[in-house]
Amino acid sequence: MGTITQSPTGTKPATLSNDEILRYSRHLIMPEVGMDGQLKLKNAKVLLIGTGGLGAPLGLYLAAAGVGKLGLVDFDVVDFTNLQRQVTFGTSDVGKFKSEAARERLSNLNPAIEIQAFETKLTSENALELFKDFDVIVDGTDNFPTRYLVNDACILLGKPNVYGSIFRFEGQATVFGMPDGPCYRCLYPEPPPPGLVPSCAEGGVLGVLPGIVGSIQAMETIKLLLGIGDSLAGRLLLFDALGMKFRELKLRKNPNCPMCGEHRTITKLIDYYEFCGVRGEEAPGPDVQVPEITPRELKSRLDRGDDIFILDVREPHEYQICSLKGHLIPLGELTRRVHELDSSREIVAHCRSGKRSAEAVDFLRKTGFRKILNLKGGILAWSDEVDPSVPKY
Amino acid sequence: MAVKVIIPTPLRAYAGKRDSAEFKAATVGEALGHLTTEFADLRKHLFTEDGKLRSFVNVYVNDEDIRYLSKENTPTKDGDTISIVPSIAGGCR
Repeated sequence: MGTITQSPTGTKPATLSNDEILRYSRHLIMPEVGMDGQLKLKNAKVLLIGTGGLGAPLGLYLAAAGVGKLGLVDFDVVDFTNLQRQVTFGTSDVGKFKSEAARERLSNLNPAIEIQAFETKLTSENALELFKDFDVIVDGTDNFPTRYLVNDACILLGKPNVYGSIFRFEGQATVFGMPDGPCYRCLYPEPPPPGLVPSCAEGGVLGVLPGIVGSIQAMETIKLLLGIGDSLAGRLLLFDALGMKFRELKLRKNPNCPMCGEHRTITKLIDYYEFCGVRGEEAPGPDVQVPEITPRELKSRLDRGDDIFILDVREPHEYQICSLKGHLIPLGELTRRVHELDSSREIVAHCRSGKRSAEAVDFLRKTGFRKILNLKGGILAWSDEVDPSVPKY
Repeated sequence: MAVKVIIPTPLRAYAGKRDSAEFKAATVGEALGHLTTEFADLRKHLFTEDGKLRSFVNVYVNDEDIRYLSKENTPTKDGDTISIVPSIAGGCR
């Protein structure tokens, strides 16, 4: 397992310039890379899906290593909360498209390679067209629909998919889509229902973690391109940063896999948002519909002196960042601590964005609370609409 | 000696912030039963309402996926490690 077929498009440069020989000197003097290997890298085309946390070390190392063509797919814009881990970007990039900001940074790192920025969202309509000119696809996305989409498109086109994902202190990495190797659906036939697994935006992530997992993906990509070493294909690498432990699990090809099994039932790309049960990531919104109050309404009612009990369902460490001086009961403790609430009083529940508090309101309504409202948009909206001195996080 | 169950980061909030727990158990199902008895909040994250292991939660005994062994009836012996490996999607944007 290990070698891949490079797409036969275009003419392949057969030599390196003197500048390139100097630049790649530390590769060229290694017999495992050498001139042949460096030319393989120069002739290789790698597509990065996502230029965020995982995409940062991926882009930097693959560009530095001399991968001849890098494609960068991202529709997102750099914001201040990205800078804690997305080390491709600088403060002056805030507000720019990520794919374009990354293209500028990587071109500066290595002007000798071709970098193509795709300021677009990967969809079932454009994925096959985008993937077809590349040899290896690297999945550095942040959501289940796109991960299933990347997997299926790679299987349909027969391209390797270098996979990495992270959560808080934990990472996973492997290589899917190798001939005879398993695919993402062999590992996880179905995504979790929305809301059951928290996202990075809710759960947080230690900034170094994507650096480590993305670097592992970069290493696996280079090994595939060079055809050296033992690929992670067939193995799921688990990384626990707190315990600083690497573990490895066997990953088998599922003979009944609907995507890569003998009797595949999926023969084209599908609607991945429907498959994952989410409406779309731009407007996550609460998963449940509950009565709401806007920050402005709440403010005017409090100013009027209305008796309103503010319930904060965030975590204690979030309360330390900022608060509306509410009564703190983290969502996870609400079932146990519901007796602290007085159902005869009017209650407004809030969290950071309004999602967790919607769950809290839904739960409390089911247990008999009637005078309870969700603060629409949470403390973020309060900061935008009522009191900008409350910091956003 | 007992069987060690490793609790993954996303589920630690429902397991008293523990990263692992040890139980005397002869099968994977028994160990997970002990785990969800001790940490009741974990149950809905691991099992469906009719008690089946959820499809997006993979369970391994040492480095083998129990789907390719005897599923929840997979026997365990002292010193085995059971890993719960849920799907995570973070990239992270």
